[in-house]
Amino acid sequence: MANIISDETIEYVGILAKLELSDAEKEQAKKDMGSMLDYIDKLNELDTTGVEPMSHVFPVHNVFREDVIVNGDQRDIVLANAPEEKEGCFKVPKTVE
Amino acid sequence: MSKQYETVIGLEVHVELATKTKIFCSCSTEFGGAPNTHTCPVCTGMPGSLPVLNKKVVELALAVGLATNCQINQYCKFDRKNYFYPDNPQNYQISQLYLPICHDGGIEIETSAGKKVVGIHEIHMEEDAGKLIHDEWDDCSLVDFNRSGVPLIEIVSEPDMRSAEEVIAYLDKLRLIIQYLGASDCKLQEGSMRADVNLSVREVGASEYGTRTEMKNLNSFKAIARAIEGERARQIELIEEGGQVIQETRRWDDTKEQSYAMRSKEDAQDYRYFPDPDLVPVMISDEWISSIRGNQPELRNEKMVRYKEQYDIPEYDISIITGSKHLADLFEETVAICKNPKKVSNWIMVETMRLLKEHDLEPEQIRFSPENLAKLILLVESKAINGNVAKEVFEKVFDKDIDPEKYVEENGLKSVNDEGALRATIERIVEENPKSIEDYKSGKTKAMGFLVGQTMKEMKGKADPGMINKILKEVLDQL
Amino acid sequence: MSLMSLTAVELGKKIKAKEISVVEATKAALDQIEKLEKKLNSFVTVDAEGALKRAEEVQKLIDDGTLTSPLAGVPVAIKDNMCTEGLLTTCSSKILGNYKPVFSAEAVLNLERAGAVVIGKTNMDEFAMGSTTETSAFGETKNPWNTDHVPGGSSGGSCAAVAAEECAYALGSDTGGSIRQPSSFCGVTGIKPTYGTVSRYGLIAYGSSLDQIGPVAKDVTDCATILEAIASYDPKDSTSVKREEYDFTSALVDDVKGMKIGIPKDYFMEGLDHEVKEAILNAAKKLEEKGAVIEEFDLSLVEYAIPAYYVIASAEASSNLSRFDGIKYGYRTEEFEGLHSMYKKSRSEGFGAEVKRRIMLGSFVLSSGYYDAYYLKALRTKALIKKAFDHAFEKYDVILGPAAPTTAPKLGDSLSDPIKMYLGDIYTISVNLAGLPGISVPCGKDSKGLPIGLQLIGDCFKEKNIIRAAYSFEQTRKYESPDIALQ
Ligand SMILES: [Mg+2]
Ligand SMILES: [Zn+2]
Repeated sequence: MANIISDETIEYVGILAKLELSDAEKEQAKKDMGSMLDYIDKLNELDTTGVEPMSHVFPVHNVFREDVIVNGDQRDIVLANAPEEKEGCFKVPKTVE
Repeated sequence: MSKQYETVIGLEVHVELATKTKIFCSCSTEFGGAPNTHTCPVCTGMPGSLPVLNKKVVELALAVGLATNCQINQYCKFDRKNYFYPDNPQNYQISQLYLPICHDGGIEIETSAGKKVVGIHEIHMEEDAGKLIHDEWDDCSLVDFNRSGVPLIEIVSEPDMRSAEEVIAYLDKLRLIIQYLGASDCKLQEGSMRADVNLSVREVGASEYGTRTEMKNLNSFKAIARAIEGERARQIELIEEGGQVIQETRRWDDTKEQSYAMRSKEDAQDYRYFPDPDLVPVMISDEWISSIRGNQPELRNEKMVRYKEQYDIPEYDISIITGSKHLADLFEETVAICKNPKKVSNWIMVETMRLLKEHDLEPEQIRFSPENLAKLILLVESKAINGNVAKEVFEKVFDKDIDPEKYVEENGLKSVNDEGALRATIERIVEENPKSIEDYKSGKTKAMGFLVGQTMKEMKGKADPGMINKILKEVLDQL
Repeated sequence: MSLMSLTAVELGKKIKAKEISVVEATKAALDQIEKLEKKLNSFVTVDAEGALKRAEEVQKLIDDGTLTSPLAGVPVAIKDNMCTEGLLTTCSSKILGNYKPVFSAEAVLNLERAGAVVIGKTNMDEFAMGSTTETSAFGETKNPWNTDHVPGGSSGGSCAAVAAEECAYALGSDTGGSIRQPSSFCGVTGIKPTYGTVSRYGLIAYGSSLDQIGPVAKDVTDCATILEAIASYDPKDSTSVKREEYDFTSALVDDVKGMKIGIPKDYFMEGLDHEVKEAILNAAKKLEEKGAVIEEFDLSLVEYAIPAYYVIASAEASSNLSRFDGIKYGYRTEEFEGLHSMYKKSRSEGFGAEVKRRIMLGSFVLSSGYYDAYYLKALRTKALIKKAFDHAFEKYDVILGPAAPTTAPKLGDSLSDPIKMYLGDIYTISVNLAGLPGISVPCGKDSKGLPIGLQLIGDCFKEKNIIRAAYSFEQTRKYESPDIALQ
């Protein structure tokens, strides 16, 4: 296996992705990610110099909305699935110390 | 001898654009409103919802770009900036990194040191975040997404500024341009204009930049000036002590006049930008650019020239009035009603400025209408009230935008223009003050002033001073 | 013969002719579900009450002439990653285990306008990440042809439900083969339309640049009819394409004379099961007999599609799935200390292993220092793949090959080796990368009695070519349904 994923990398990606893995999951993730990256490294066989990265398959552009207010008060709808709600707001753990 | 340091400053200025709706959905951008009443599935990041770009946002961003001498990326795209925070409903912000709409511009500023150009690295379009309300009692925070998705442009300057004075001059100039374009009201207090300060220090003469920090939470020009001084001092002290400045984001606490690091293990600053697959690129044609250019409203310099030709008011007044879009609009609208530019300019330059200063307000915070200022001016012109009464009434106009006509009527402030009654009063006062008559006759003009004052006092301030003068002179000369 | 063995269009005709009522059709579907759900687990949610109520409303609208669509009154099942207003929509994930959307997906609304009766939400791989429907948080779905085998995925629930006649037809979604591969495994027909044809509004995103909704049904006629109903230009979806026409049913003609069909040699290499290969080549022969011109050619780049796909899909997924954070909807962990602990615990407990695997990979390939090497490289590869197809479609009307290298594997055999599972999508994935339309139609069975699917790929916006070819091929054989009741 060419790609060796370190504990630090798994830790770091866990912070980025907001995932907390158990020790067993971490070991598995290191293995999986390593072998996936080895597999992905196959792309290096391809010469892609001068090839524009393609995000959209079709050359569609300039899809716009006009600046017109359509939406009214939808607070009840927006809050309908909130795990915790208070005073018309989504309630979350304290964000400042 | 201690070393000499130079401060190097670049700004990231966020401006909320004056659109009716949000950048990616049809919710209102109106300020205020009960929490979450201006929201929908799109701006609260509900699964399955998708963004659609508001065309007006592109037009306003283009207008600002052109007015700040930027190059336009005629093929531009939106990218996702990924980070977790509760005010950000998708946990990514739609912004522009790789192909921002404008780049490589600049504006000229003027300070005591003279003129210089501050470069603009880029301007990009993005969405604003929601608001977090901290609930001290319940030990939690509450999220209101009314601001989530309000369109912003972020104007990133080059690190071209060297002092707080230059920073303020740059911000002032930028604000003025944007206000003139009608692209934003740029209210620092309401957060429709916000500046993050990137600051580093280096020894004078050094060619490399020092390590910079980014300061956030600056919501007035004064706070910006204080934060620059504070951060400069902190960095120099650190270096002098043999320490090192760390590249980090700091939060300015203006009441404590101190900044704090916002670092935490959980905020790795790795935003994993990539092109947003839900949005398609924006292609800006030459025609579109020239139509935006063609429709650009009169900017300050053009206005100054026109004022000079059209209004015949002093150049100093012109520079002050056009120094704020709000003042200029107020001036023009008032003149349109009362047709007296000199008087309008006077009221703005003297009384308005005095009261702004007294209340520590910006011209943008003026609340009175051109209609009521015009009415006041017409009342004075028609001699219905005298100058002193007018000043008193104006304070009410300034405060509460009252209707001066009604106010004068209701409070009995109309000048007493009954010549007979005034003559009787004057004759009595003259009779009671023989000493003054003597003084007058012996050529002491001060006596005249005294008698006018006495008459005005008797008339409770409501007499027309011109008329008092005329009658008094007649009475005295007859003696 | 049971009502549910009819195709959707046949059932619609009987309803229109008043031979049966909408309620009867709905009850027939619900009865079949009642009978088979324990064995198959095709559904996450069955909405019997809502469906019967809706059936009565639809009946009235048919009776008063408001509804005239061929699908009016016909019961449909919707994959559980499409929002249905007020009806549980879970993506087969614990993190959305209690989520009731406040709006319906545009494709679902389009079906409802045509008079469809939604009977429930079908099981799937969690967030459409998987090829077996085994990654569902609500248990795996079983293949109606042999319940020891998987139905394929990620639209395994939709395909199993159609095969087992629990609904007349279903909607699936296809990001890397998720309609075509399970259609192949379950012996039903499924279309992945050209990207942008069916609105993605209300489809809970996995890989936004690849996701498309499409029909799953018993035959090509049904699929063309359903596609006509769900396809639309939607101003709410910026990637929706204004097509010149939305007519697909006029391509239902038994005629391939002169049609140029290319067979990529690269699709018949190592890894392809010999029984599958034989069935596909046989199907090609049938089309040749009907007058099509068949030719082998080198498509090239086939082996690069999977690695490119996993980079792009995982990257987009890592961002798309970051909104599931326990604040606005869905699962929130019970105990936590502070904000970040709430995020991490909610997400770690709410997502399953495969989803976490892809979020981790996606976050990594986008992270500082790797973006160019992985993400941009994959987008460049995508451009080359698209070019290879463009080149092929200069010569051919249709590309023919298998939908999957094997028939349905046994339950539990795939998940242990992700890369092996990913390789199962080798024939379908490049179609998503290039935005092309593809169809899978049944073309035979292997010696174990498991169905084999023929895949036909068309150029962008050329659904009609693949519909015509598939329809013509379909005329050469009889539709077979699994005899699940006997098992
Ligand atoms: Mg920004
Ligand atoms: Zn909204």
